[in-house]
Amino acid sequence: MKTLNRRDFGVAVAAAILLPVTTARADDTNMEVHIDNFVFQPPELTIKVGTTVTWTNRDDIPHTVVSAGKFRSKALDTDDKFTFTFTDAGDYKYFCSLHPHMTGMIKVE
Amino acid sequence: MSGHDHGDDGVSRRKVLECMTWAGTGVLWTITGGVPRSLGIIDSAEAATAAAPGMTFLQISDSHVGFDKPANPNALGTLEEAVNKINAMPAKPSFMIHTGDITHLSKAAEFDNADRIISQSKLDVHYVPGEHDFLDEEVKFYRERYGRGTKGAGWYSFDAGGVHFVGLVNVVDLKAGGLGNLGAEQLAWLEDDLRGKSKSTPIVLFAHIPLWTVYPEWGWGTEDGGRALEYVKGFGSVTVLNGHIHQVMQKVEGNVTFHTARSTAFPQPAPGTASSPGPMKVEDTKLRSMLGVASINFKQNEQRLAIIDTPLQG
Repeated sequence: MKTLNRRDFGVAVAAAILLPVTTARADDTNMEVHIDNFVFQPPELTIKVGTTVTWTNRDDIPHTVVSAGKFRSKALDTDDKFTFTFTDAGDYKYFCSLHPHMTGMIKVE
Repeated sequence: MSGHDHGDDGVSRRKVLECMTWAGTGVLWTITGGVPRSLGIIDSAEAATAAAPGMTFLQISDSHVGFDKPANPNALGTLEEAVNKINAMPAKPSFMIHTGDITHLSKAAEFDNADRIISQSKLDVHYVPGEHDFLDEEVKFYRERYGRGTKGAGWYSFDAGGVHFVGLVNVVDLKAGGLGNLGAEQLAWLEDDLRGKSKSTPIVLFAHIPLWTVYPEWGWGTEDGGRALEYVKGFGSVTVLNGHIHQVMQKVEGNVTFHTARSTAFPQPAPGTASSPGPMKVEDTKLRSMLGVASINFKQNEQRLAIIDTPLQG
């Protein structure tokens, strides 16, 4: 998840005061997956339509994030990120095309 | 020093761990009576080289030029050390093979740097790509530099010293959940390439990822490697060389001997001994001993392989 800048933080605080339910949903529109030790963490994630997922590679070895016909990242070096916004419901199986034993799943409801 | 014998019925996990060894900078091979025989790592092989009859060739692997993380902040420097050792050998090998991961991130500058250092060996080098060499968007840097005269993603064969060498590519079209992959087109080419060859012709197959299943949990194996091995079954002498796992591992299966080479860049853990196959971080003063020395001897006239580990530092 990207770091909140001051403006976003202000908006979030205001929203939290006025509309706590909306705030919770706003948080849900950005989700994170980390790559640590050749594993997607969490390996499976359930999200709502419209959610943006950010993958961050925290290994010393490059990885990719690939879902056949849906999305394909470049090779992510250490600390590189890849984001994708899911606009359609469905199950998105994905894997690292360099280390195909690494697999993950995004369930979009 | 310790010696271990492998049966020819595959390698148990315990035996794999027993035989694990960090090794140095390149393996020297000689062809004796038509059979490739490892003379060991460069240091220990030097004495043998002078007297070795027939052709010798060298294998280096996994240079990862561009890698700069704590496991080895100067992968280019250790590659240069390896090349210096090659240049210091009393007898010049006929040529060298590089079994992939020349670079870490497939950048033009990384290929340039690798070329600059490896060319100082003044040896002919036959390459196959590792997955790290195919990371540029159009996958063109490797092909433009090393792919001339090759088929498909970069496979080819050549003859030297009476031996038929085949360079294979098993790092493309990898499938989710799967291992390394040769693909139908390459397998068909291989079958055709070997057709009509005398069964007494020694065959050397080399590829980046092991063609045999070393440790599927870490993707260390090739999905359709067994198909390639079917095609070489009838040959009297088959040697399969690869890199990728940054450690020495060997086994003999019938007339086929398998050997994985170490990296010139950084060590990787033995199967199952760490949470991932990522680079192993060791103290700076220990790195070169972790890239240390192993000498390997094949017992002739036996279906068994003897491995003698000789660490650089006790």
